Amino acid sequence: MTYSRNPATPEGIGTSVTRVEDDRYLRGRGLYVADQRPAGTQDLAFVRSPLAHARVLGIRKPPGAEDRVFTAADLAGVLPIVANSALPGFKPSVQHALATDRARYVGEAVAVCVAPTRAEAEDLAEQVALDLEELPAVSDMLAGRRADAPQLHAHWGDNVFLETRVDLGDPAARDGAPIVIRRTLRTARQHMAPIEGRGLVATWDTRLSQLVLHTSTQMPHIVRTGLAGCLGLPEEAVRVVAPDMGGGFGYKGILLPEEVVAGFLARHLGHPVRWIEDRRESLTGNANCREHHYDLIAYADHTGRLLALDCEATVDAGAYSIYPFSACLEAAQVASILPGPYDFGAFRCTTWSVATNKPPILPYRGVARSGVAYAMETMMDAIAEACGMEPDAVRLRNLVPPEAMPFDNITRKHFDSGDYPQALRRAVATIDLPAIRARQAQETGTLRTGVGLAIFCEQGAHGTSVYAGWGIPMVPGWEQAAARITPDGGLELRVGVHSHGQGLETTLAQVAHEILGIPIARMRVVHGDTALTPYSTGTWGSRCMVVAGGAVASACTELARRIGHIGAHLLQVDPAEIVVAAGEVRGPHGSVAITEVARTWYLRPQDLPDDVDPGGLELTAGYKALRDSGTFSYAAHACTVSVDTESGAVRVLDYAVCEDGGVLVNPMIVDGQIIGGVAQGIGTALYEEMAFDAAGQPSAATLADYALPGAMEVPVLRIDHMATPSPYTRFGQKGIGEGGAIGPPAAIANAVNDALRPLGVRVDQLPITAHRVVAAILTAGRAA
Amino acid sequence: MKAAAFAWSRPAGLEQAVLALQDTDARAMAGGQSLGPMLNLRATRPATVVPLIDLADLHGVEETGDAITLGAATTHAAIADGRTPDFGLPGPVLARIAAGIAYRAIRTRGTIGGSLCHADPAADWLTTLTALSATVLTTQRALPLDQFITGPYRTALLPGEIVRAVRIPRPPVGARFGYSKLCRKPGEFAHAMVAVLISGETRIVIGAVGGPPVVLSHPDEITTALDFLDPVDRHLQTVAMRRALAEAGQEAGL
Repeated sequence: MTYSRNPATPEGIGTSVTRVEDDRYLRGRGLYVADQRPAGTQDLAFVRSPLAHARVLGIRKPPGAEDRVFTAADLAGVLPIVANSALPGFKPSVQHALATDRARYVGEAVAVCVAPTRAEAEDLAEQVALDLEELPAVSDMLAGRRADAPQLHAHWGDNVFLETRVDLGDPAARDGAPIVIRRTLRTARQHMAPIEGRGLVATWDTRLSQLVLHTSTQMPHIVRTGLAGCLGLPEEAVRVVAPDMGGGFGYKGILLPEEVVAGFLARHLGHPVRWIEDRRESLTGNANCREHHYDLIAYADHTGRLLALDCEATVDAGAYSIYPFSACLEAAQVASILPGPYDFGAFRCTTWSVATNKPPILPYRGVARSGVAYAMETMMDAIAEACGMEPDAVRLRNLVPPEAMPFDNITRKHFDSGDYPQALRRAVATIDLPAIRARQAQETGTLRTGVGLAIFCEQGAHGTSVYAGWGIPMVPGWEQAAARITPDGGLELRVGVHSHGQGLETTLAQVAHEILGIPIARMRVVHGDTALTPYSTGTWGSRCMVVAGGAVASACTELARRIGHIGAHLLQVDPAEIVVAAGEVRGPHGSVAITEVARTWYLRPQDLPDDVDPGGLELTAGYKALRDSGTFSYAAHACTVSVDTESGAVRVLDYAVCEDGGVLVNPMIVDGQIIGGVAQGIGTALYEEMAFDAAGQPSAATLADYALPGAMEVPVLRIDHMATPSPYTRFGQKGIGEGGAIGPPAAIANAVNDALRPLGVRVDQLPITAHRVVAAILTAGRAA
Repeated sequence: MKAAAFAWSRPAGLEQAVLALQDTDARAMAGGQSLGPMLNLRATRPATVVPLIDLADLHGVEETGDAITLGAATTHAAIADGRTPDFGLPGPVLARIAAGIAYRAIRTRGTIGGSLCHADPAADWLTTLTALSATVLTTQRALPLDQFITGPYRTALLPGEIVRAVRIPRPPVGARFGYSKLCRKPGEFAHAMVAVLISGETRIVIGAVGGPPVVLSHPDEITTALDFLDPVDRHLQTVAMRRALAEAGQEAGL
């Protein structure tokens, strides 16, 4: 299954082709939602709940503006967003596009105002009087689980969307374990912060009787399905267009109430409406993610062998189950992916997805995995400390060995291929662990060095076999791509996934180039429009290069067959004798260019063979991996930090990544994915925190309050690649889009705690801020 | 996040500006790096905004034997770039402070007068110029900085009163300055900030405490003076003080 570079395809798989899309991005020529303002457009401003939990007793529209302010009562026929799951015991929530009788988080939309400009719409919004009766709020997930907690959803009986339990392996593995370690860990609620927030322009096309929604989404087809359902429209009456986007990271993988409201208003009002999310809305009311709490017990022997792991994980899911991923997105995954790349004998895990009076949590790059890796890798370091072993040694003792691949782990995840121990050894060699230990031995002052490791595997591109059991509104099936040769020999590719930073306009073209040899400059990758592209669940789960890449390959392979058939006729040879490569059809004695074949099909049909495929040079083809339980890319992260034990300041000094994404279609783009992901992971580890007070009020309303890492906080990474092909994908490629963000919280937390170890101090909560470091040191000092 | 409607009343000269600002619903803007976001958040909603940045009377610098006087509209960037006079205590003090304010884009627009009038407790100038015993020169009077700042985001300015300049007395020969601030990351608001001037006597100024700067004459006073802070914040201020003192060549002994 190895894939060797083909000299006939200089822009093909494995080459670091410059990104096609960067020319317009870097010159400011991208076309984003906010660049659009069709004639007659009016802006929307939402009136949002100022309280975390309240009964809505009344909404008073400003006198004279009754026809420009809309409440739930005005949205005739609009159905709420309901994202169910088939997992046993799941309790669905009902999320109205505008709150009806109750508001469940600060920032929940209660009414919407329409005006010629956004500023005027905001003027109207502040004149809308809300009559609210404040209710006690659930601002903390653990408190929310208590029997006496206020309840968000009537008839539930508690605040738990879903409780799951697994008890796997031999329970006796715990018996008599000489080492038993307990840890309680917590990760912060975060704000995913794409440079561009959400935004939309909704227009009712009277010619087609069709709602046209331009919206910044990763999943145009899923939004169409969900939106049509909420608006009571057949799907052909809805077209969703996602233009250029300034990042997504998962935030743009959900159906928003704002999309439903705007869709209704465009049709009802007869003019386009526009809503461009501002940072305050995004921060406080919409783009929330992560927030886990773990109680862990590890059982180990003195050789560092992990015998069993117990976990109780609580995830703060916020007020509603989001469409299409549902409210159990994170917690249910914790139970299946916590064991990570390790092989051990017994695993028990209980998870709770808890409803709280906060915005719903949404999938963010490395969904559930960054918290899980932090939990697992913390326990690995704890075992190492208890056994007096180095952190790499204890991991090597427990990693799934390469000779066991493919490997079915304790939660029946199917690891497709790889050499985990090698990745770890290479990352540790890069940062030079012995040299750091030598430096630490000399340290006596207030500046302490620490070293931290993390190794994880990342299930990506998982399909039907995984999602069918979950039973959420969306199950990915066959991924499709449409390919069309133009009359002058160019190639148009149409895909239902969306590219918004991943470079798919380049990498999918590379795949097509690999098969047809047509220069990338003669290709167009069309995406982000339900009217133009085959149905797809969209861009999420590190899936595009595997599934859309596979679909493009399928389509181009079939195109090549049809091109070859026509070319063979033009060359007057048997089709069995020809090869399609490097942009031409080659026979035993001569060749004919694809441009010539195209001209023949479109403009000189009289020259075609009698048995030509009437489908011509345009087709849609589907693809599914040989096994769709997912590719398992993996990476070892190793970092060095300095901790100022006076000020609590943490600096990342060195950061090494050894990753294996299988066959890399474009290694430069993969490096970019890793760098960007690690930057976000550094944010999770050290800076980012969306805090709420006891009343459920968010404490960060601007980016002055919510700290994101910047250029000063992200070191130059040292990236090392392995390339073990997946046996199940078209070229051996694996999904790698999220991995960069998964490792840093674990690696950096371990490094900080390594630095603090001589002081007998530990921080068990993310982000590791200066305040938390100092508080831990002061507490230990008082206790001493 | 769009500002509520306001009138933009560009004054032709200082007198016109004074007149416009007699209206208590008018706000002066001298760089707009704090007022701009506040307007957009509708955290402040003046009827009129009076831009002062182009007033000649607020520009210009003057260096004499006993002081440096900087026009209120002098930008942080101009000071950071060494385009204005400075003290060597021993290195350039004002340039170094200015260079540490927020980010370059903010320094390019933000002004020293605007910063003082905004009176954000975490502002670098508030702490530094208090340590240097600066005096604010307004259209009506000269006010020592510690009388000018009356509370968090509050000053002694009266309606129609405009800060023209800030006069910074030249510290005695041999005086030494030390400064330390702790931030989540460079350019962010500080959570601890201490400026120290040692010239025979010791003057320690602690900023970012949520109110006007706290002035001490001896390091030992910090625990009592900051008893309103939680232990972590007090510790961080103590660390900043120790570092500022060390830079000024004095051990805190704490």
